[in-house]
Amino acid sequence: MKIREDYERVGWRKLVHWVNADPQEDYLTKEEIKHENLRLKEEVAEERNGRLQEFKSMIQNMIQTHGREWYNKGYRIFSVFVALAMMTVLLGVVSQLPSFGDPSNPANNEVAERYIESGLEETGAVNIVAGMILDYRAFDTLGESHVLFIAAVSVLILLRMDYGFDGKLRKTGGIRDEGYDRFYEPRNDAILQTVTKMLFPMIVLFGIYVILNGHISAGGGFSGGAIIGAALILYNNAFGFNQTKRFFNYNTFKWVSFASLITYASLKTYSFFTGANHLHSGIPLGEPGAILSSGLILPLNICVGCVVACTMYTFFTMFRKGGM
Amino acid sequence: MALVQNFPFLSIILTLSGGVICSVLKGHGARKYSTFVLCTVLIGSLLTLAHVLSTGEAYVYMMGHFPAPWGNEIRVGILETMMAALFSGIMLLSLMGGMHHIFEDTEDTKSNLYFTLVMLLSASLLALVYTNDLFTGYVFVEINTIASCALVMIRYRSGKALVATVRYLFMSLLGSGLFLIGITILYDITGHLLMENIAESVAVLFKTGTYAFPLSVVIVLFSMGLAIKSACFPFHTWLPGAHGNATVSSSSILSGLVLKGYIFLLIKIFYRVIGMEIIFQQRATNVLFIFGVLAMIVGSIKAIQEKDLKRMLAYSSVAQIGYIFLGIGLGTEAGIAAACLHIIVHAITKPMLFTACGGFMDVSGGSKKFSELQGAGLRDKLSGFAFIVGAMSMIGIPFFAGFISKVYLTTSAIETLSLKTVIALAALAISTLLNACYYIPAMLVLFTHPKKEPVSVHPRPKAMSLSLWMFIGLNFLMGCFSQPIVNAVIQGIAMFR
Repeated sequence: MKIREDYERVGWRKLVHWVNADPQEDYLTKEEIKHENLRLKEEVAEERNGRLQEFKSMIQNMIQTHGREWYNKGYRIFSVFVALAMMTVLLGVVSQLPSFGDPSNPANNEVAERYIESGLEETGAVNIVAGMILDYRAFDTLGESHVLFIAAVSVLILLRMDYGFDGKLRKTGGIRDEGYDRFYEPRNDAILQTVTKMLFPMIVLFGIYVILNGHISAGGGFSGGAIIGAALILYNNAFGFNQTKRFFNYNTFKWVSFASLITYASLKTYSFFTGANHLHSGIPLGEPGAILSSGLILPLNICVGCVVACTMYTFFTMFRKGGM
Repeated sequence: MALVQNFPFLSIILTLSGGVICSVLKGHGARKYSTFVLCTVLIGSLLTLAHVLSTGEAYVYMMGHFPAPWGNEIRVGILETMMAALFSGIMLLSLMGGMHHIFEDTEDTKSNLYFTLVMLLSASLLALVYTNDLFTGYVFVEINTIASCALVMIRYRSGKALVATVRYLFMSLLGSGLFLIGITILYDITGHLLMENIAESVAVLFKTGTYAFPLSVVIVLFSMGLAIKSACFPFHTWLPGAHGNATVSSSSILSGLVLKGYIFLLIKIFYRVIGMEIIFQQRATNVLFIFGVLAMIVGSIKAIQEKDLKRMLAYSSVAQIGYIFLGIGLGTEAGIAAACLHIIVHAITKPMLFTACGGFMDVSGGSKKFSELQGAGLRDKLSGFAFIVGAMSMIGIPFFAGFISKVYLTTSAIETLSLKTVIALAALAISTLLNACYYIPAMLVLFTHPKKEPVSVHPRPKAMSLSLWMFIGLNFLMGCFSQPIVNAVIQGIAMFR
């Protein structure tokens, strides 16, 4: 609605007015035109503002009534869509991978060949897997046992309750503590206790057997440690914390993990150092199949077994009670 | 083999067992021991760096009595030792800068476990930097994931920190999972885990065109997994909570080092596993480029909206990670060098900002809201000075570290001469402007006299002052005498081949 000021004075404009018999604008002064324009502008703006407000309140109403619902629905649909897309792509990949068990697969190369053919001779371990994880690729396993350790430490940080709700250092083993512990559990279940008395030594013995024979037969530190950890958990379930903490408390966890991980690290440091500097390690491999054979694998298996057993039992006690 | 060549291996073992030793010590003993170990590692890495620079050749170090494809090995080059020295040094300074907060924010019976986590985290970072084997990389990614989540969680009685940890843990595990699937597929089609052997097989596969689809999926999985873990733009949602609610040292370590470890691994995989030519032809870098550009702008806008200093710094990290991915995404050697430079620059700047923020919190009753922080820069002058230096560096003012990496990013963008040049230059310009838009108001708040009576002022611990001065010194050193570092980075990247 802006009219150019000089245009008003042009003769042609006046002629148009006269022809149209439209006298109105001629009577308007510049000030009035300006005023009129402002009024029109305001009207338009008001109208627009009103519509905007209406729209906003409509949206707000919708969001207040349905927003969360819609968001959740959309989120679900989207996540299902993403998961489906991912599955399709990965299934497509799997269909194109080399078929399982084919001797010409890329994975059946000189690496696997040497493990199988000269693994026994080079590591002294009848169990090739033990030779692989504890001798050929011992660095990975060193990292892996520290993964277990750091997982246990993280759970300890999160769940160990050193202070009671009253803000004082918590004493484990009081009557109240035992009461909490037994609240949801049957007290002194005779069947469980009798069976545990019989089974506990056998399970522990079997775990020790699996660890000690890790380099000769199937098994090793990880599986044997898990068996011993399961035995400890069973014992705890049958007899309660007052009994288990006589032989396994936080200090036991601390020092056993410490001793085994440090032993592992120092033994392997020696072996890595001599290996990298092409020195003779001087560790006898022994006669394959004997219990004292295959160099460092036996002590390393024992270390790994201790770490795994401690970690498993710690997880259990932390989630159960927040203390040992 | 020279004695100095053993130091990388020894530094990994020292930090790993250092974590175990810290778990049986009391809090202050653990503090002393971890400081000692980090100092040793720093000196060792610098000596190794000097050795590698003088010989001009990378070497592999056999872990055990069996050579590479059968046993494990680590590879030591210029870029690796530089990153190792940087990571251990910044780790040390971050710990020193937030030491008193560590003992305040953790339960007194668990403060030694903080140092356990830090030690294992540094071991995993060193191993990620040095590894020459993908599976070793994955094992240490696991340690890194758990340790960095626990570093957020250890903050005592903070519900927000716990919620942030859960979110961080889920995102981080998703990233690890994708990375592991990628390794599995790659092993299936190449039959190797050692980087050089995979690179050879992949080159052959690419030439013959077999397994083309699995190969591109592997590239996507690696990039996506590590991008989630390093908080690249659409996956950055966990970062502000985790970095904003952790204790001061944790925030510094997480933003300065943990993100960088994954990015360095990604660069290493691009160069030494897949091969840069294949990456360029698969256009994987283009996606990272777009993510980087979006991160630079969205991160900065989010930072402008924040009313909490630590969360503002966290969103600024999102933007800075965007710069690094922009450099990688340019798809040229110069771009990658600029990205590496920005890794270094951000690693020496962001921990300084977080440490300064810890200083401001000390003199403002522990709050990190802008409304409470008014005049904090006047109450704690050294932290204020450090904040100014950090902010100038992040904006990219000459004579500060941030300027160097921005110059190299810009020149490498100009050298690309494609559509990317225009987008990159525009993004750099806009992002710099936006950076100024949140750092300058923050400084204005910190340096205006407060209307209220100031809260009682704590004396600043000596360790924190020392750490802040060292950070400031490093920043000026990097800003004024950057040429040797730039040359070393370029040499180091050439050594990746």
